[in-house]
Amino acid sequence: MSRESAPTDAGDDAPLVEARDLTFGYAAAPVVEDVDLRVERGEYVGIVGPNGSGKSTLLRLLLGLHEPDSGSAELLGRPARAFAERERVGYVAQDVTEDEKRMPITVSEVVLMGRFPHAGFGRVTAADRDRAREALRTVGIEHLADRKITALSGGQRQRTYIARALAGEAELLVLDEPTVGVDAESVEAFFELLDGLVADGMTVLLVEHDIGAVIEHASRVVCLNREAYFDGDPVEFADSDALDRAYGTNVRREEGGIVT
Amino acid sequence: MTTAALSAVLLSVPLLSAPYDLLTRLVGLWSDGLGWIGERLGIAMLEYVFMHHALLVGALIAVMAPLIGTFLVHRQLALIGDALAHTAFAGVAVGLFVNSLLGTGISPYVTAIVVAVIAALAIELISETTDAYNDVSMAIVLSTGFALGAVLISLNTGGLAVGINQYLFGNLSTVSRENAVLLVVLFAVVALVVTVTYKQLLYVTFDETAARVAGVNVPWYNRLMTTLTALVVVGAMQIMGVILVAAMLVVPVAAAAQLARGFREALLASVVLAQIAVLVGITLSFRYNTTAGGTIVLVAVGVYVAAVLAGKVQSRRAGDGAPVAEE
Repeated sequence: MSRESAPTDAGDDAPLVEARDLTFGYAAAPVVEDVDLRVERGEYVGIVGPNGSGKSTLLRLLLGLHEPDSGSAELLGRPARAFAERERVGYVAQDVTEDEKRMPITVSEVVLMGRFPHAGFGRVTAADRDRAREALRTVGIEHLADRKITALSGGQRQRTYIARALAGEAELLVLDEPTVGVDAESVEAFFELLDGLVADGMTVLLVEHDIGAVIEHASRVVCLNREAYFDGDPVEFADSDALDRAYGTNVRREEGGIVT
Repeated sequence: MTTAALSAVLLSVPLLSAPYDLLTRLVGLWSDGLGWIGERLGIAMLEYVFMHHALLVGALIAVMAPLIGTFLVHRQLALIGDALAHTAFAGVAVGLFVNSLLGTGISPYVTAIVVAVIAALAIELISETTDAYNDVSMAIVLSTGFALGAVLISLNTGGLAVGINQYLFGNLSTVSRENAVLLVVLFAVVALVVTVTYKQLLYVTFDETAARVAGVNVPWYNRLMTTLTALVVVGAMQIMGVILVAAMLVVPVAAAAQLARGFREALLASVVLAQIAVLVGITLSFRYNTTAGGTIVLVAVGVYVAAVLAGKVQSRRAGDGAPVAEE
């Protein structure tokens, strides 16, 4: 499977994410093709690309939710499909701001889920609750702990899911278009929150449609349209023609949201 | 009643006979207690032993059904209870058919459990391979189950058609001590499994993808959930009847969702509301000689309407319905 002979160890120096020649398609045509991606501890990687460019699929492959057609995906040094230390990865999905589900559940109950992998079949302890509360404090919504989650704004809901990952002591935060349906002011505050977490040592892997925000905040940009068109420094990315090649036309570039 | 055969089977296994005797004695104690209360307070309903059993079974159903229903409704799988109830009807028909063919005395509730669990796993298998719960395939399972039941029963027209109403609409007066013991066992299984797997079930219900990322074996818990649903549906069938049994999985849960903020709160509220519906429903059904299942469901719907109104008042007062302003 892997071209390297020795299996990597899950030690602290191993990359958190490593994809080699990763290819996957739902039908015959690949959605993700020959992608190599390596995310080291402490990096802040933003993945951009047009709609349907395979960004979300790439995340799902890296998280082990799909079996690659060829190539390999590793999480913390282990094959992503078989990866067992799930609590070390926090995932914030794309559709969490959708309101169609009116399930009654409070913010603190959602955040406490981050402790579930630690508790297994055992009871949730007072220490677990403390950690959940601390996570809420970190993202600045402790005062909303007893609110129903559906009564929150999109931005507050995103913070809840980040708090869930923090409560689980995640080392890697994977976010799939977290700002969809969040108002502009909250988006800015949201990226500031991510900046703060990265400054505290969190590794972030982010799929985002707002290219301007990615260039401004991320430490590295990956531009994807089935294949990786660019992987490197955000400033270099802004000056390169990778975006035009990935998106196809100049017009789309304006729509993509690059501001100055 | 053919359930006598079930107890015979249970008692033939020495390891089971002791707990069975214990449960029978417990049910007897419950009955004696209610009888004593009825005598003291002059409640006519409590003079009958079958009513003691009916009240016990009803109370257990009113815990089990909303407990499982809360997980189903919030995954938008409310229809699964209906589908399984109708396949359980096919199971009843299979039991009656086999009994009349071979002259055996198998309880139709036992065959109903077997067929409903098989159907539950089949539904899961279909949804796993097609990658989605599909209301069309659910409707097909539902109709197939009911059609199969109807055909099997018509093959034996004559003596058999007489007992069918009791399965379709439920019957208080046929709840025997054996049935009550069976219900206690079902209740213990469901309560134990949900207690142990509560966290995993909640995670899967709330966010299936995040649960998978967190290492929860989602297909396994889905299978567990539908299997428990099958058990609850068959357990509740005797009082509620095939046609209305799914209402107990859905209506109290929908009512609780109007009032509760948290999930635990919603679980608790749905059980309390279901208890009210069952107790009031059984009492009215006894008093006015109406069918128990229908009466209970009508009371439950009344409770639901009251909850909707109370929820509106509550949210207007607390301003809870609107998004909280950013601070």
